[in-house]
Amino acid sequence: MQWETVIGLEVHVQLATQSKIFSGASTAFGAEPNTQACAIDLGLPGVLPVLNEGAVAMAVQFGLAIDAEIPETSLFERKNYFYPDLPKGYQTSQMAQPIVGKGEVELVLDDDVRKRVRIHHAHLEEDAGKSLHELFSNSRGHGMSGIDLNRAGTPLLEIVSEPDMRSAKEAVAYIRAIHAIVTYLRISDGNMAEGSLRCDVNVSVRPKGQETLGTRAEIKNVNSFRFVERAIEFEVERQIELIEDGGKVVQETRLYDPDQDETRSMRTKEEANDYRYFPCPDLLPVMLDSAYIEHQRSTLPELPTQKRNRFETSLGLSVYDAGVLSATRPTAEYFEAVLAVCGDAKQAANWVQGELSAHLNRENIDIANSPVTPEQLGGLIQRVLDDTINGKAAKQVFAALWNNEGASADEIIDTRGLKQVTDTGAIEAMIDQVIADSPVQVAQYRDADPEKRGKMIGYFVGQVMKASRGTANPQQVNGLLKQKLDEA
Amino acid sequence: MHHMTLTELAKGLKAGDFSSRELTSSLLDRIERLDGDINSFISITRDRALSAADAADQARAKGESRPLAGLPLAIKDIFCTQGIRTSCGSKMLDNFQAPYNATVVEKLEAAGMISLGKTNMDEFAMGSSNENSFYGPVKNPWDRTAVPGGSSGGSAAAVAAGFAPAALGTDTGGSIRQPAAFCGITGLKPTYGRVSRYGMIAFASSLDQGGPMARSAEDCAHLLGAIAGHDLRDSTSVARVVPDYLAELDTPLAGLKIGLPKEYFGDGLDAEVESAIRDAIKVYESLGAKVCEVSLPHTHLAVPAYYVIAPAEASSNLSRYDGVRFGHRCENPVDLEDLYKRSRAEGFGDEVKRRILIGTHTLSEGFFDAYYRKAQQVRRLIRQDFMDAFEEVDVLMGPAAPTPAFDLGAKKDPVSMYLQDIYTIAINLAGIPGISVPAGFAGKRPIGLQILGKHFAESQLLNVAHQFQQATDWHRRHPSDQETT
Repeated sequence: MQWETVIGLEVHVQLATQSKIFSGASTAFGAEPNTQACAIDLGLPGVLPVLNEGAVAMAVQFGLAIDAEIPETSLFERKNYFYPDLPKGYQTSQMAQPIVGKGEVELVLDDDVRKRVRIHHAHLEEDAGKSLHELFSNSRGHGMSGIDLNRAGTPLLEIVSEPDMRSAKEAVAYIRAIHAIVTYLRISDGNMAEGSLRCDVNVSVRPKGQETLGTRAEIKNVNSFRFVERAIEFEVERQIELIEDGGKVVQETRLYDPDQDETRSMRTKEEANDYRYFPCPDLLPVMLDSAYIEHQRSTLPELPTQKRNRFETSLGLSVYDAGVLSATRPTAEYFEAVLAVCGDAKQAANWVQGELSAHLNRENIDIANSPVTPEQLGGLIQRVLDDTINGKAAKQVFAALWNNEGASADEIIDTRGLKQVTDTGAIEAMIDQVIADSPVQVAQYRDADPEKRGKMIGYFVGQVMKASRGTANPQQVNGLLKQKLDEA
Repeated sequence: MHHMTLTELAKGLKAGDFSSRELTSSLLDRIERLDGDINSFISITRDRALSAADAADQARAKGESRPLAGLPLAIKDIFCTQGIRTSCGSKMLDNFQAPYNATVVEKLEAAGMISLGKTNMDEFAMGSSNENSFYGPVKNPWDRTAVPGGSSGGSAAAVAAGFAPAALGTDTGGSIRQPAAFCGITGLKPTYGRVSRYGMIAFASSLDQGGPMARSAEDCAHLLGAIAGHDLRDSTSVARVVPDYLAELDTPLAGLKIGLPKEYFGDGLDAEVESAIRDAIKVYESLGAKVCEVSLPHTHLAVPAYYVIAPAEASSNLSRYDGVRFGHRCENPVDLEDLYKRSRAEGFGDEVKRRILIGTHTLSEGFFDAYYRKAQQVRRLIRQDFMDAFEEVDVLMGPAAPTPAFDLGAKKDPVSMYLQDIYTIAINLAGIPGISVPAGFAGKRPIGLQILGKHFAESQLLNVAHQFQQATDWHRRHPSDQETT
């Protein structure tokens, strides 16, 4: 039988506010346990939450970025359950009236196929703390657990999609799209390793052509693009095998274990909590008027899809280049700054994705912290475009800029004498010298079949370039060499 | 000195008749001597009180001008006080010291007032008799076989017994007004949102409101002025100017329109209470007020709606007491579930458990619409009843409770206890202010007249209460020390 995979995602995005969603404690990552949890985060008796306006603004910006409805009124509710790292015994979240309504995200798949994924809603909520089991276990493997409440109260935007994805690849493309939007908006650092973007994946399968959805399993704790793909692939295979063996998928929550590369059952529907949602009486409904929403709209930057489309249509970049250069806001901004200086999109694209990206990757530096500024790179490309230097010298100049050995391409070209030699007389003199110094190679060349000479000429080009310290114009060297060698 | 009003004590301090230290230490001595039987205090903070009194005396010597500076009061043990146990009347918090002060405690300190200690209360403010305290019941100073009312029973008894000229209470369904009535003092529940709830341990967040309990409406006006106001730490507190609550006290009542809700004078109302209330109304008529009957047609739904909403909120508010971070933790838990179950089973009393169970049930999947949602609809109807009545009249009057203080141990059935709050509960559901003033006695036991006003009409309520107290002396009566000892 042919099976179809159906995937819906809940993406939890940690919002980049300075303080927590309902308290003034810092949200900075990596502090000593329980040093960033105030009385409110600890859920001490008598404390009350006060909503962080920054989190509201960020949620609204996200909503506007996905063309979603922003309801006039949204409501915080309490989701009640007991867990040691949930200090109040409830999570303040949104259920019936979320801050962001229905919207849409466009994905670009490998072969430039576009797909629209519907967003059911997005809501604000507070994060829980963390339970640390390993550190505190005794030698028999049980005993104490530690609780770190630094994360408790960190604002999360939970983005809930419709079940519109049909493969693991689409799911990954969707998460990448969300990641791009939130990082473009600067409402999250998008750091998946630190948990700034976490996914719950709902997976089901159904016979191809069937309308009704199969029973789904929810996979929790999938925190990298790769794990999302692996978890879905494992789960789809598990469900298909189960059904084909005459079994039934049960609705349950499963956990992805990256070490074993498998999903395991956490709890079934019967064991699920009744969260007893009800409106939080400590918080007022959030009322947003159109002036507020329009103000937030005016702060929106150009978004990834818009940028990508513009790179393709206005700048004439390839689908691939446009995708890579618009993938993150810092990359796009760097590229556009280079382009502003040099004026040639294709060259700017090549340099950013080629030399620059190779250097950045090698030294694991973020493009935002690149030692070569976009202005420097743009200046360098200008000198290539106006033939002041050749490609080989350009790489030397780039390396010098990278190592901070000069303030600009022009300065390095000057001090190192890398200006391209285009004077025919000077090049001829160098060629004559090389021919005179290489009698054996000249004889071999001249004895060879004309078809083979093309390859053999490389040796002489290399020698001439070496003699010019890389500054001779390679096209001229090639033409003149051919003339002189073939003459005799 | 033990039965003087705040206003009189302030004059005495100003005139140098006595110092704050003399006043404070005299009250502390009296508490030590006489509270053993009445049990109105859970914690007495003698050393802190005396050093605060010394500081107040020094400030006065340097020209202190704050009107309440150097005056003592008692604080219900539901308000968090930094460095002092805040138990909320529960074993669960017997070991709890808050690392911060409630906003109202901060404000009273800023006004220069001196806390004598923390008063007894029904556990987590759940009760109408103060018999649900982990620290034992409080006795009514007027008749020690009677309850003082609840849940602010300790605060009411302390004021009545001459231990403190005033006290802070909280009122979720009558917990200031009913004990004020039972103990023959004046108690004001302000409009929801008038007084910050920050640092006031939550029972039912949408109903809880702190307020003053004292020996006169004038004293309540002083205290309300000190504690009211917007608080950035409480989103439900209202950003509205705090008026001078003393300014309107002397406004004559001629032409005042008083409504008597007929539902507050029906079956179940004790005859002596009714007669005292009718007499009080006559006093108002003699002051020039016009009286008419009004109807609050949804009154009979108030108690059922309240007992859905309040336990629902409580079941969630009390989830934080899990034995993990603070409060009572059971011995040697074998696993997490055992820790939760035994800590909560041991830490909470029966009434608290009952309400957590009710609230958990009404919020459960499949019951939410039938209970919680329906109760919220009823709540809107009840509020509308009051809005409609206030179209016709300025204030409403009736009894604060259907009977005078009942005997300790008399009400074993929870529902009969819940019906104690039949005249007070709707006020919390509507969010309006209410005040109880002494209006007579049934034998030794006091009777309270309840006056209700529009949202934020505290100035008017205090005026109406004050004028009554200018014309009567019920509020000046106090139990004799023979009765107290």
